[in-house]
Order: sequence, then C-alpha cells, then structure tokens
Amino acid sequence: MKRVNAVVIGAGAAGGIVAKELAVAGLSVVLLERGKWYTANDCRKDDLRNQRTTILGNAFGPEDKGNPRVWLDAKGQPHTALASEGGYQNNAACVGGGTLSYGAQAWRYMPQDFRMKSTYGAPQGSSLEDWPISYDDLEPFYEKAEYEIGISGDYSGTPFHGPRKRPLPMPPVPPGREFSILEPAARRLGLHPFHVPMARNSVPYNGRGPCMRCRWCCGFACEVDAKNGSQNTVIPVALGTGNCELRTECMVKEILTDDHGRARGVAYFDSDGHLQEQPADLVIVSGCAVESARLLLNSKSRLFPNGLGNRFDQVGRHLQGHHYTGALGYFDFDTYDDVGPGASIAISDYNHGTAGLAGGGMLANEFIRLPIHTLDRLPPGTPRWGLAHKQAMRAWHKRTIVIIGPTQQIPSADARVTLDPDVKDKWGLPVARFSGNVHPHTFEIGEVQAKRAEAWLKEAGALHTSVMAGRPDSVSAGQHQAGTCRMGNDPRSSVVNRNCQLHDVDNVFVIDSSVHVTNGGFNPALTIMAIAYFASDALVRNWKGTGFRS
Amino acid sequence: MLSNRKPGKLTRRQFVAAGALGGAALAIGCKAGKHGDWEYLTVEQARTLTAICDQIVPADDYPSASQAGVLHYIDKQLMRHYRRHRHAYRHGLADVETASRKRFGAELASLPLEQQLEMVGDLEKQNPSFFELVRSHTLEGYYGSPRHGGNRDAVSWQMLGLAEPPIRGRAQYDLTKDSPS
Repeated sequence: MKRVNAVVIGAGAAGGIVAKELAVAGLSVVLLERGKWYTANDCRKDDLRNQRTTILGNAFGPEDKGNPRVWLDAKGQPHTALASEGGYQNNAACVGGGTLSYGAQAWRYMPQDFRMKSTYGAPQGSSLEDWPISYDDLEPFYEKAEYEIGISGDYSGTPFHGPRKRPLPMPPVPPGREFSILEPAARRLGLHPFHVPMARNSVPYNGRGPCMRCRWCCGFACEVDAKNGSQNTVIPVALGTGNCELRTECMVKEILTDDHGRARGVAYFDSDGHLQEQPADLVIVSGCAVESARLLLNSKSRLFPNGLGNRFDQVGRHLQGHHYTGALGYFDFDTYDDVGPGASIAISDYNHGTAGLAGGGMLANEFIRLPIHTLDRLPPGTPRWGLAHKQAMRAWHKRTIVIIGPTQQIPSADARVTLDPDVKDKWGLPVARFSGNVHPHTFEIGEVQAKRAEAWLKEAGALHTSVMAGRPDSVSAGQHQAGTCRMGNDPRSSVVNRNCQLHDVDNVFVIDSSVHVTNGGFNPALTIMAIAYFASDALVRNWKGTGFRS
Repeated sequence: MLSNRKPGKLTRRQFVAAGALGGAALAIGCKAGKHGDWEYLTVEQARTLTAICDQIVPADDYPSASQAGVLHYIDKQLMRHYRRHRHAYRHGLADVETASRKRFGAELASLPLEQQLEMVGDLEKQNPSFFELVRSHTLEGYYGSPRHGGNRDAVSWQMLGLAEPPIRGRAQYDLTKDSPS
C-alpha cells in the first residue's frame, strides 16, 4: 500500500479533528474507523435500541456478536460482557464515534480541573495529579472547537467558568418548562443557573438547520442533522481537501515498529476481514480510552515486549469516567413539555470550593425522558407491576424532574484496562479487561452533590424527592471513559507528553480522552476536541516534510 | 380518553389471546400446529405468558399487555435479541403451569383473575429471576417503540399523553430578538 504521512486510528471526536487539521495542512492522511458511516437517514427513533438505551442492542456499534470485553467484580471474578451490556463500558463504533449520538453537552473544564493535585492535594491511595498543560494553554483551542464544531449556549449567568475571549457562536435553544421551573428556584438558593452549552444548532449554522426540539435526542443520531459531531463538521472538511481517505469497517490489529524503535505503520483487518498494512510516517491513536490502551498493549514487538509506550507499566491505568449522582423530584403539576433536548439548565457553583471535598461537579436537569426511562423511577413505595404501576406511570411520567451531574472522579492507578488472557474478539485479538475502581472519596463527593440536587428540586416545589447516589464496586468509565494514557512530563508516571506524543516512540501519538489526567466535573467531549486541536497544532508546527522532529 | 383508541377488528393474534384469556381452547380458525401463529412460543406457552403479562400490565381504560401486542414483542425477540433467554422461558413457563395445576388444579390461563394474581405474586417471590425477566420484557414491549411489535398504535404513549408522532419543527429561536450571548 502507498505510504502516507499519517494514519489516524478512530474517526471519533478527536480523530476526526486530527485528520482534518493534518489534511488541511497538506499531509496525506488515512483515517481508519472500525464502525460504519451512519447518516441522518439512519436515524431510527427506537426507544429500545439506541446508544443510550441498549435493551435490544447498540444502534451505532459495536454489535454484540464478536466484540466481547471482560470485567472483574469486587471479588476479582471475571465476567464477559456483550457490547450492549453495562459492564462493557461502551462508547460507540462509527464515524463520528460518540459525537454522532451524544447528548452534545459541550463544556470547558475549569482552570482548577487542570491542577487538581495542587488545588486539593492527592487523597491517600489516589493518583490525583496536575495536567502538564493549563486552562490558558487550551483556551484558544476550546474557542476553535466551539466555532468549528458549532456550540450554542450562554455563560453570562454564571461567574464559575474559566476566562473566555469570545461568546459562544450560537444563542441557547429557548428555555423549556423545566428551565422555567428550575431557574427561579436556583436563584432563590443563591446559585447561578445558566444555559447548558450544547454542540447543537439553535439557529442555522455551518450549512445546517437548527434543532427541532424532538423527543429522541441523547442516544440518537439527529434526524435533521442539527447535532454537531465530527461526522458532519470536520470529517467532511478533511475529505474535501483531497488529502484524506476514510476507510470504514477497518479494525487495527497493531502498530508496526522498525528495528530502530520507530513506528512504520499499522496492520489492520479491512472490511472483508483481510489483513492489510498501511505504511505511514506518523501514527495517531484516537480510539477512545479503552480501545486506545488496548491497541498499544496489543502492539508487542521485540523492542516493546509489554506493548507500545508501556515501558513503565503505565498504559491502561487511571481509568476513569464520571460518577453520576443526583435526585429525582415529583411535582403536583406537569413539568414535562415533550420538548427536547431537555438538558437545558445547569449550575457550576459546586464544581470546586467546598471545604473537605476534593472537587465536585456540574449539576443540570436530565435530557428529555422516554416512557421507558420512567418505569423504575416512580415514587418510592409504588408497586413495581400491576394496575397500580400502570396508573402511577400515567400519574407521574409528566410530573418528574431529574437533576443529575458528573461528579469528577478521584482517579486510582489500580483502575485499569489490561488485556484479557483468554477472551479474544472476532479478529482473534485479546480483548480489554477492566479491574479496580476509582478512589472512594469520589463517592463522598457524589453523595454531597446528590443532596444539593435534592435541595434544588425541593426549592422548585417538589412534593417528594429521592436521592440517586450509589457506590458502584467497579469503575464506571462508559461514554466518558478517560485517563488510560496519561499526559505528563515524567516518562515513568505517564504515557505521552504535553503534545500527546508517546514518551517512548516519537512518531506515535495518542490523541483522545486517554490523555486526560483528570476528567473534570463536566461532560468531556469539548475538552477532547480542544486537546485534538491543541495536539494537531503542535504536530503541524513540528512537521518537517516527510519526517518528524519534536 | 378511550376515543384515542383506534376501533378496529381484532387481529388474529389478539383473537388467539382473547380466546386464551377466556380459557377457551384453540379457537376455530387458528392455524393448526404446536406454534399457531407464534414464531417461537408454543400455543400453550403463549397462553400462560399472556396470563402473566396481563397481570403485570392489566387492562383498564387502556389495553392490557397482551392487547397491546406484548406477546408478539416477546415472541419476536426470542427469535432475535433474546435467544439467550429461551431456556429461561421454557422452564419458567413450565414451572408456573405445574404450580398452577398443583395449587388450583387448572392451567393458569383458565383461573379467575384473582387467582392468577396470586400465582404471579408467588412467582415473584419464588422465582424472582424469571419474574424479573418477564416483567422487564413486558414493560419494554408495552412502553417501548411500536416497531418491535408491542405498544400497538403507540397506545401507551397515548395513555401518557404524548403525541405520536410528536409535533415537530416548533419553538425555533426567535430571530427578531437580540442574541443574549
């Protein structure tokens, strides 16, 4: 196969941006994606089979057959999980990755989120650490992501965010009923409610129309293509340069290295299952935290017997996501207006600054809910079946509000992705295996956050509330998975440097949520995108013709 | 509220279900054979399952589980995504029948509704894993997307007051006002 300048593995939030930035700069790029390219035409309003409610399978990959993973329970017993089961920690496998079907909250992390250890000190047993880059380093790239991907929202209601030079390019979608109920209540509590920033057109933008406010949002592809992901923004631009070729249904087997310890390309199974080799000057791994770590670990050779970038046993560690906690409120009036996207009002008053807690998280109202989500969210004491359950569905489906938020997890080096010694996928590659958990202080923070959500609902007039705060006994990485190829200055305690370049191999980069040192108290997509722009910028600046010198 | 419901003829499946509910044996006009119109279930299994599902979602102003096509949903998925649950259904339903005959001397579907309710309550206590499976599948079929064979005519969504199909294209941003951001 013809040698190219760069092969990018994974066409998700980060990979799409890297491919576009490199292609625009004149590099030849092959973008490999293990899933398919779905479009708005493939959008099915299927309550039971989408990317969030996966009762009958994942809508946007991977399929259940041939893609298992293994997780260890608290007693160390292994369990094999199908791709649509909870223990799998799925994100997606398709062009656009998670950004095709996400809820599209598009948050900047706060300045403190990049220096958690300096701010709080590391709780004993945790691996809490500072990032080697700051909010200020990332700010121009947050802005670039907001304008190129297209974000709507309005930060003017809150002082709790990092400095920003420009407002968001689009105004927020108009407030729904939940916003109108929750906004004055938050103000009465002295909080600072504001419009959730969303990668969603509120007005025509980037050649596509605005959100039509339908019922099927988070977990679904957008029928009118008003939700902005890499598949309808940067990837078409990359392809339009003529410098980028996208190959779908291609699963990378390993990164190939030469006798000097540099990467020479990748081996992958194409859509017909044939093994191919793609030579390249640069290899960029953007497979998301689980699959990126797995690929590095599966790339074993004489010089790298433990996998690429894994000289100090760091690849796969610090696996984290978000610890979601909150509360459910029951009202004696209709709170549900059947208008999407739902999540509309947030507070970031509680992300930092509570004595005794190493952080916190944003709180927002939940996305628009389908009846299937209400089945087990009826008032405590409601029978779980029978006539009373049916009548409670009727009484309460439109009279609940959920406030919930991503508590920032305190990472632990023991929460990790390794290769399972026995289980293989349909290509014969060892699958990811999860073990360990995040630091327990995470759950203490989550319980405080849940109480705060409950207080907000009570102030808004909830008749009853119930708190949603668990202590899961295994790591909850899921769609917000991060941390497995930590960014740092010290090769012994991190995998990549501040430019996302492997410490061990100078022409291999990991550019995705794997590099997050900590994961903020916010949905991570916009930060993944900002880092992709930041790292691409360094890549292009350091690119010298057909070679690369850092 | 009843006016939301489409009047119309019973389908063959509902006819079977209705027949089963009434305790009638195979009604005249049904396909002969062990499976009748079902893809996976036998006619006997479907009768038992109908009785259980209709206790989980009974009829009131709105249809019961089986009237809304839940049996069709489960039967269809047992040939597709729920193949892995076939064993549980085969054994679970057989055990329910054995228990029903032992306790009341008759098959579950032929018992008065109060006795069926007792039997399903017992099932919840005595075989919780099978009960939870049937409960989940029944509620999915009743409240989930009609495309999978349950929730006929989106009847549960109508019950909850959700327009189907929803009104779309509304509430766009008012461009006549100044942008707040």
